[in-house]
Amino acid sequence: MFDIDIWQEIFSTIKKNKMRTFLTGFSVAWGIFMLMVLLGSGNGLSNGVSENFMRDAINGMWLWSGETSMPYKGMKEGREIKFTNSDYETLKTLPGIEKTSGRYYLNGNTFSYGNEYGNYTAITCHPDLQDVESIQVVKGRFINDIDIRNTRKSVVLGKDIYDALFKKKEAIGEYVKINNIPFKVVGICKENGSTRHRNAYIPVTTGQKVFNGSNRLHNFALTINAKTLDESKAIETEVRQTLAHKHRFNAADKSALGSYNKLEDVMQTMKIFQAIKIFIWIIGIGTLIAGVVGVSNIMLIIVKERTKEIGVRKAIGASPASVIGLILLESVLITTVAGYIGLVLGTGLMEGINFFVEQQYAAAEVANGGMGTTFFRNPTVNLNIAALATLLLVIAGTLAGYIPAKRAAKIKPIEALRDE
Amino acid sequence: MISLKNIHKSYVTGGNSLHVLKGIDLEIEKGEFVSIMGSSGSGKSTLLNILGILDNYDEGEYFLNGSLVKNMSEKKAAKLRNELVGFVFQSFNLISFKNAMENVALPLYYQGVSRKKRNRIALEYLDKMGLLEWAEHMPNEMSGGQKQRVAIARSLISEPKIIFADEPTGALDTSTSYEVMDILKQINNDGITVILVTHEHDIAAMTQKIVRLNDGVIAEIIKNGDLKSWKTQYAKEYNMA
Repeated sequence: MFDIDIWQEIFSTIKKNKMRTFLTGFSVAWGIFMLMVLLGSGNGLSNGVSENFMRDAINGMWLWSGETSMPYKGMKEGREIKFTNSDYETLKTLPGIEKTSGRYYLNGNTFSYGNEYGNYTAITCHPDLQDVESIQVVKGRFINDIDIRNTRKSVVLGKDIYDALFKKKEAIGEYVKINNIPFKVVGICKENGSTRHRNAYIPVTTGQKVFNGSNRLHNFALTINAKTLDESKAIETEVRQTLAHKHRFNAADKSALGSYNKLEDVMQTMKIFQAIKIFIWIIGIGTLIAGVVGVSNIMLIIVKERTKEIGVRKAIGASPASVIGLILLESVLITTVAGYIGLVLGTGLMEGINFFVEQQYAAAEVANGGMGTTFFRNPTVNLNIAALATLLLVIAGTLAGYIPAKRAAKIKPIEALRDE
Repeated sequence: MISLKNIHKSYVTGGNSLHVLKGIDLEIEKGEFVSIMGSSGSGKSTLLNILGILDNYDEGEYFLNGSLVKNMSEKKAAKLRNELVGFVFQSFNLISFKNAMENVALPLYYQGVSRKKRNRIALEYLDKMGLLEWAEHMPNEMSGGQKQRVAIARSLISEPKIIFADEPTGALDTSTSYEVMDILKQINNDGITVILVTHEHDIAAMTQKIVRLNDGVIAEIIKNGDLKSWKTQYAKEYNMA
């Protein structure tokens, strides 16, 4: 059945009906084209958003204290909960927690150097904050343990602060005044994935000592060792219960202890993208089915048109199987070739867009001095999907040809050959 | 060669049943040249379809070349048609997008003969029909007589035992009709049984045996010797009608 003759038979009919074949193939090519464009766009969006997530460690967790909103063990609501350094020590030893950093909020943040001054945020922290918030040190170093232990007046400046105060002069080793207290610049940093770098980092112990904070802490930034959402939630619960026990409030009291779990957010968003992906497949396959029905429709017309010819073939000895083969192969040929063209055009377009996006991204990176932002990256479809789509096409072609082929096989020579 | 015993055939369309053949008994020997005649609706085309295994029958028995043809699978019927019989049609039924040679070669394609070989054989048969220089021409470039000769070549290429011709001259003018009949006579002289359906009495008169159908039964069978008297009688009937 797969000899050269049957192909010659098929090509001769295709050649006779170029326009019809083109229109039929177009619907399939369009279907596959749209599927590829949709899948590529979905991937691009998903990639872009997950890249944005990576700005902070995806397993990050933030805790902050507030006032109780529930009565607890005879105590009224409205009590203020205050974290202290001992809470930091407690959190550090909890299982499942990798990195810990506490923060004490400062009031008023005027930075000055010589005649230059400006308002920026000074964040007090432990060295671990660098990992939790993925801070990139461009020059010098980040806050270290010795800074913490010796309450050294060290500061790591955000790149924007450095640019504004130092105007490209050497800054490491210089002293910057924060609220009129001199701090020694030990490093310059950038925030990962951001275009603004207006935060400065100082040791939390120094902050407490210099700005009258005693042992007070306002919030914690942590990374947790969790692979799944359940693990992450378990750790979160553990943290809440420990702190609730220590400060005597209800562990379910969201007002007393605020928390944000990044992994939960990431997983939720990834679930949305999963759903979008499924949705895209449904739309894409729907478009494809429309194309396939088009092919089927045309093949039916072809069979109708060729009734007489098929009748003649049967009269001179064509078996039903050979007639089915003739129609089926034509259908498969049209869908596969047209689909392949759609596949190439679709992936080609997405690769083109990818090229453009990457250039934009690179340009943005240069403009922002290192970091680009995008919600759309690498909008391409991988080879496996393309191979799957090709397989899908052959199946689609077979399905499209099946009903018409069956009908062709049922043609009775006498009816086909009857003169009107 | 052919033996029909009490063949019945009805067509059911919607609620109506049309009894077309009402008990046909017929014997045709090898090498005969037979014509089937009858007015339209007498069942002559139906009979030819049954003989050519293009259609099945409801009742009776049909022996072709000694074997019973009944309730055959499509595949088997196709094979039998391909090997035993050749068809010639009124409207030629050549495949429009194939040239003369390819049309003639088509039955051999279904026998699995290689392209080169079947095209060579097709050219031989076209040569016999005097159409060698038309081998590359498409059907729509040929006259009716030429097309019918291509169709005859196609029916002969599988070396059949029987040729069935359904109104082979119906679409042709008189002189071309006679040419085609000459060819059929030659084929018959080579030992092939030829059975044709016609309503033209001059065409029928060129055959050796005329089976005249009337309302689904055989009205009369006229053998070669009786042809002269039949001709005048038929002409009279024809003139009266």
